[in-house]
Amino acid sequence: MSPLALSGTPLASGEAGVPVVPTAVDGVFSLLWLVVALPALGALVLLVGGRRTDRWGHLLGCAMPIGSFLLALVMFVQLLGRDHEDRQVAQTLWTWLDVGDYTVQMGLLFDPLSALFVLLITGVGSLIHIYSVGYMAHDDRRRRFFGYLNLFVTAMLVLVLADDYLAVFLGWEGVGLASYLLIGFWAHKDSAATAANKAFVVNRVGDLGMSLAVMLMVATFGTSSFVGVSAGMPETSEAVATVLGLLLLLAACGKSAQVPLQSWLLDAMEGPTPVSALIHAATMVTAGVYLVVRSNFVYELAPVAQTAVVIVGLVTLLVGAVIGCAKDDIKKALAGSTMSQIGYMMLAAGIGPAGYAFAIFHLLTHGFFKANMFLGAGSVMHATNDDVDMRHYGALRKAAPITFATFAFGYLAIIGFPGFSGFFSKDHIIEAAFGENWVYGVGALLGAGITAFYMTRVMLMTFFGERRWRPDVHPHESPAVMTTPLVVLAAGSLVGGVLILGDWIVEWLEPVVGPEEHHELFVPAIVLTGLIVLTVLAGVAVAWSRYGPSQTIADTAPTRVSAATRAARADLYGDALNEAVFMRPGQKLTAALVYVDDVLIDGTVNALAALVGGTSGTARRLQTGFVRSYALTMLGGALLAIAATLAVTLS
Amino acid sequence: MILLAEFESPKVEYATISPLLIVVGAAILGVLVEAFVPRAWRYPVQVGVAALGLLIALADTVRVGLALDTLDAGLLARGSLAVENSMVVDGPTVFLWGTLLVMSLISVLLFAERRLEGGLTSFAGQAAALPGTDAEREASTRGIEHTEVFPLLLFAVTGMLLFPASNDLLLMFVALEVLSLPLYLLCGLARRRRLLSQEAAMKYFLLGAFSSAFFLYGVALIYGFAGSFELADIDAAVSASSGANAYLLGGIGLMAVGLLFKVGAAPFHAWTPDVYQGAPTAVTAFMAACTKIAAFGALMRVFYVAFGGASWDWRPLMWVVAILTMVVGSVIAITQTDVKRMLAYSSIAHAGFVLVGFAGVYAGTGDVVGVTSVSSVLFYLAAYGFSTIGAFAIITLVRDAGGETTALSRWAGLGREAPVLAGTFAFFLLAFAGIPLTSGFIGKWAVFAAAWAGGAWPLVVVAVVMSAVAAFFYVRVIVAMFFSDPVDIKPAVAVPSILTTGVITVTALATVALGVVPGPVLDLAQQAGAFVR
Repeated sequence: MSPLALSGTPLASGEAGVPVVPTAVDGVFSLLWLVVALPALGALVLLVGGRRTDRWGHLLGCAMPIGSFLLALVMFVQLLGRDHEDRQVAQTLWTWLDVGDYTVQMGLLFDPLSALFVLLITGVGSLIHIYSVGYMAHDDRRRRFFGYLNLFVTAMLVLVLADDYLAVFLGWEGVGLASYLLIGFWAHKDSAATAANKAFVVNRVGDLGMSLAVMLMVATFGTSSFVGVSAGMPETSEAVATVLGLLLLLAACGKSAQVPLQSWLLDAMEGPTPVSALIHAATMVTAGVYLVVRSNFVYELAPVAQTAVVIVGLVTLLVGAVIGCAKDDIKKALAGSTMSQIGYMMLAAGIGPAGYAFAIFHLLTHGFFKANMFLGAGSVMHATNDDVDMRHYGALRKAAPITFATFAFGYLAIIGFPGFSGFFSKDHIIEAAFGENWVYGVGALLGAGITAFYMTRVMLMTFFGERRWRPDVHPHESPAVMTTPLVVLAAGSLVGGVLILGDWIVEWLEPVVGPEEHHELFVPAIVLTGLIVLTVLAGVAVAWSRYGPSQTIADTAPTRVSAATRAARADLYGDALNEAVFMRPGQKLTAALVYVDDVLIDGTVNALAALVGGTSGTARRLQTGFVRSYALTMLGGALLAIAATLAVTLS
Repeated sequence: MILLAEFESPKVEYATISPLLIVVGAAILGVLVEAFVPRAWRYPVQVGVAALGLLIALADTVRVGLALDTLDAGLLARGSLAVENSMVVDGPTVFLWGTLLVMSLISVLLFAERRLEGGLTSFAGQAAALPGTDAEREASTRGIEHTEVFPLLLFAVTGMLLFPASNDLLLMFVALEVLSLPLYLLCGLARRRRLLSQEAAMKYFLLGAFSSAFFLYGVALIYGFAGSFELADIDAAVSASSGANAYLLGGIGLMAVGLLFKVGAAPFHAWTPDVYQGAPTAVTAFMAACTKIAAFGALMRVFYVAFGGASWDWRPLMWVVAILTMVVGSVIAITQTDVKRMLAYSSIAHAGFVLVGFAGVYAGTGDVVGVTSVSSVLFYLAAYGFSTIGAFAIITLVRDAGGETTALSRWAGLGREAPVLAGTFAFFLLAFAGIPLTSGFIGKWAVFAAAWAGGAWPLVVVAVVMSAVAAFFYVRVIVAMFFSDPVDIKPAVAVPSILTTGVITVTALATVALGVVPGPVLDLAQQAGAFVR
């Protein structure tokens, strides 16, 4: 009984995705709630405890995610020992909503998919917590920082462990809030406050998709739990599935910084670097991929929505890569790269059963090598008095050897150097893309070439060439508390590829996303792999020729550049494009605020915002303060009300 | 055709309507206190009478609620008509009574706060003394205060209790006036910025009288159509009538104007910002929470019970009003530079969100019941009421030499001055914005779900978009408090007595509780069921 009155014949259940059928928790799994509760407790103590906890706050902040990680590891091992069918366990905590026939249990679902996410979040999260002890050592608000980090970990765990879309939405908003607090952590910088607001607003646009999707689920299935929705999907029409898929995609675009909602991620680099590593590289921004893979039972019935996912992924992977080429700010170059890599994941997720497992595989390896490089960038900034301009770096490999070595591992992984984790994960995605459609494949291949170019550029400008340091900068290696996590992550970047040995990850995820469909390629896989390696080498070679040790790098960015470079520097006009693509009133109105509110927020001004800002100002002038004009408004309204009522019926 | 010889005294079900009688009794007692108790004793006695009266009425409401008759007709409709069919005490009535009494009890605590003004309440010492005269100064130095505010509040509460419980349009009009007149007076009684306050009261009175006239004229037209004031009779007449009837439609339109004025819906909202800003903040808090609750209760009763059969005639109107209200409230709030005015526009936007649930007209069908329009609106009102009172209570604490400081620019950097206070305010704002784990999220979710289930999905889409816009200006205040540099002359955060502290604590806890474990209250709202005809 869909109120949308979408009609259509139910699809044959044979094509449906995999229904979620969990068993109740027992044994060690009954401690599942503790995985979420530990960081929640940490956040509570640190944020409520105030200054009393300053001295040991950071230690507690580290202990909590480590505790969660160990617990999750035990459960993961337990899950490994179980049969395929028993690998979904659910724990019900309490009844959140109970209205008539509609019930939302606050429940957790630990299955192969969420298990991998929990390990990533708590594992990489713990390393970043440890790193932050050193990175934030001189900040007198360090305790608060750890409180926010713990809050983020809690919300992220709720997002991936929840067994109901409404509860996912809770985590979804929670990570948004934590991200907002952390981007704006250094609010004394105007740019940080503005960036925090931008992230919040753009994410709200994505959240619209999520809330409407939940509404539609409740209206269609009478429930929003994974179990209920996955069971109900085969009986529904393709139209409902398509709308649901597109709404979820909108949500995913907002959180994962996919075109057209990508603009906030670059600005979000204003936050402290560990935040960029944890939230804006390894975990939160991959939530969109999680959502799509988790909702495989929706997308399997909505080919149109799947195609939309692929296109979004494909466009973003190219856009992100191009933006990454033009940035001199090391963090922004990495941010462009993050967008691009998540584009790969979305592409794979949109392909369907042939790609789900590889999307998650790339997500995990990316979690390692991107966190590694972000923390490396943080270490470089630590060495250069928080300078982010790569034109002021150069020859840092001798001054910070450990940072250099670990960064190099991340670099080799992301460009897909044979043997490193990224090689395996990207290779599979490009293969799957070619198997689906050669356009997808060529796009993904091109992306790999550009990735090699801009990452080599980052590498060369930072660690090679001649010294272009500012006079007062004396680069030095970071303390052990920062380099140790780097070493661990570098090791992960190298060996992460083992997950694919014997197709382990594909089989592991089978209970969630179904068996992999393998498409025949037009050439043997080894030939395609060779082609990818050649493309990557070409990208490296181009970068070497332009930024190699023999080249001189200008101290300031050259201004006489091609239109393409200018466009890439301006994030391919992402902000302007955003306004143009999203003609929704909400988007206009939100832009209006940025304009109107120039006292508090130095917002980006554009023509559209000016227009709507003007409207708002005029509307305010209607509030004259004269009671006679108010009365006149009321009279007019009353006349309209009566006229409307009469017109509707008497006409 | 009643002959005098057959006249019988009306039958009054005292046991059913006793909460109302207790409140009006306490109000009259308050008037007597004012006449007979020495000035020095009046404050404690009045506070005691008001608080105790409301508390007893609340306990009595629980008793009435437990004793409601179960009717087998319809969906979970429980309750009965009373006082010769002119009143109706049913599930929704009891829920609204309970909510109203809790909110007014909290408001009494705010009214009674004395520490902020150096031992005096925040109401004018001598309302009759012209602002800026010697008489005013003398009243101030002698420490005179108007303890009449407590009986006035109780009278207003009486009207509010009666308003949604009326089963008769004439009685409903009387209730409307009983609730409005004390409010007009209360609005003009601010101790600081008295001219602004008096102006607000004047505007509210004039426009309120204007809207009452619309309401009354609508009642007259409906009487012309149905030949009765009773809702059930009107319903029968609506069902029996074939084709469009100008009396009915005109009456519906005019009554809608009167009721929509009270809830602060656009285009009948113009009074809201001025009055909210000018009135003493404690009164604003009381009005924002309680008037809305009572008026939405009455709106639902009239339109669902009496005009339910003609719902397809008034739905388009309500859709337009709901959309207009959300857009006006959310968009204009963006440009506000005063916290109280911003909250006034926010209250307009919230009225729009409630109207979405109302205009969905979903009573549950067949096997899938889910959230009904009535229960979702009831829950929303309760959730919104707590957060609103809490937010306004915090506004009373940010002060400088001239009294409360409500300019947003002066709130910059408040997060550094008073982190707990600013954090609590930010929390209320997040609740208004509908962030999960606050009551606002569940409330929004409930009204949107009900509207969607009722087929009003375009309305829901607009509402979701508008709630994203609304989130914007709430965040703006949070940004100002936490992320902006403080201004040169910082406002001080006054340390209140246990009364205001208690109000803020209770409302904040309620906002958390209704977000984390909304089950019991949602269940209550669901149990309230449908209106009894």
